[in-house]
Amino acid sequence: MSSVRVLVGTRKGAFVLTSDGKRDQWDVSGPYFAGWEIYHLKGSPVDPNRLYASQSTGWFGQLMQRSNDGGKTWEPVGNKFVYDGVPGTHQWYDGTPHPWEFKRVWHLEPSLTDADTVYAGVEDAALFRSTDAGQTWQELSGLRRHGSGRHWQPGAGGMCLHTILLDPSGNGRIFIAISAAGAFRSDDSGATWQPINRGLRSQQIPDQDAEVGHCVHRIAMHRSRPSVLFMQKHWDVMRSDNGGDSWQEVSGNLPTDFGFVIDVHTHEPETIFVVPIKSDSEHFPPDGKLRVYRSRTGGNEWEPMTKGLPQSDCYVNVLRDAMAVDSLDQCGVYFGTTGGQVYASADAGDSWAPIVRDLPAVLSVEVQTLQ
Amino acid sequence: MIRVELPAHLRILAHVAGEVQLPVEGKATLGSVLDALEARYPMLRGTLRDQVTEQRRPFVRFFACAEDLSHEAPDAPLPEAVASGAEPLLIVGAIAGG
Repeated sequence: MSSVRVLVGTRKGAFVLTSDGKRDQWDVSGPYFAGWEIYHLKGSPVDPNRLYASQSTGWFGQLMQRSNDGGKTWEPVGNKFVYDGVPGTHQWYDGTPHPWEFKRVWHLEPSLTDADTVYAGVEDAALFRSTDAGQTWQELSGLRRHGSGRHWQPGAGGMCLHTILLDPSGNGRIFIAISAAGAFRSDDSGATWQPINRGLRSQQIPDQDAEVGHCVHRIAMHRSRPSVLFMQKHWDVMRSDNGGDSWQEVSGNLPTDFGFVIDVHTHEPETIFVVPIKSDSEHFPPDGKLRVYRSRTGGNEWEPMTKGLPQSDCYVNVLRDAMAVDSLDQCGVYFGTTGGQVYASADAGDSWAPIVRDLPAVLSVEVQTLQ
Repeated sequence: MIRVELPAHLRILAHVAGEVQLPVEGKATLGSVLDALEARYPMLRGTLRDQVTEQRRPFVRFFACAEDLSHEAPDAPLPEAVASGAEPLLIVGAIAGG
């Protein structure tokens, strides 16, 4: 029988939540790396027992961990992230030049074809790749050296590369997103890059058609249609049907078009999920109601999913890496909150129940479907 | 032997309990002790000092013999009591954060 393994990164360690395919009884293990921030951990689609984790603190910096047994045991691997060449400067919050400085790894994306290859999105924004299971890391510097790099500016959370999507077609296409530079695409396995932000509108920037400067929060794709992208931006939910060449807004009837997460149903490429969040300053659900909104039409028409979620006095946030879907026949959806809850739906969002309620603030949620 | 006391997080990371004892050839300095520490425990590379510039991480401090050695040059000799093993070199994470 199939089972699922949910990998949860928090402000104070990692947790592994497991269940059989019914997804109603859960075992909780952890904390792993207690006291450390685990921005992200993710398993290889080639070898599900191969996991990678980003471990950091302000005291002792960045560490990387690897597991070869599905998270039962871990070993530290290489943590030397050195920008290629002289890194130069990007813009600081006040518009002055600021030197590129490595701070942490936000997101890990294991290769779709090789368990020893994994990509890391880092702050200050750059993309690194390891081809030796995390022992050494090399920057794919064509991204940072894109001519626009000196104009990139950090978002409130830092200038982080937080989204990496690998096109499953095997065509060498990679999508990434940076707060607050925008989205970029490579068509040659990461050697060269182009910004793909046409159609994004960001009220706060002077040039509405700027090539970069957009605060993209998350991008998602369905593996059967890798040229169709869905984006949760600082404001607006967006959609592209041409690999990011152009975007149109699909926020429709959402109560607020701000949010962080966005994901796609495993079996229905036009069914997408978001969690609307009130902004700019509050960053909690509107009206104290935690609602996942689902669109079965690829955007524009949204329905609130509330069953099992708190509908009063709820003031948590759901951060950009904290939603995932499994690939069981009845698609499961998972998300974690800054209040330490991890919610699961075994029926594509119709109903929800907490797996755990009292973890440290959740930074990331990934799920593995195991046979 | 140089005695080194690591902060709790790094003891867990390095799988050590209590003090670490390190043989250091030649002059005992902060730099040579950290070199020896990282050679024996490679997982500590980057946690105390930058792997490229070798600058001390801002929230890491070095103490010994009731003195703050954090701003000493990497090649400055450590106090004789540390070099002889009479006193430990204390590596401390700043009391900060939440």
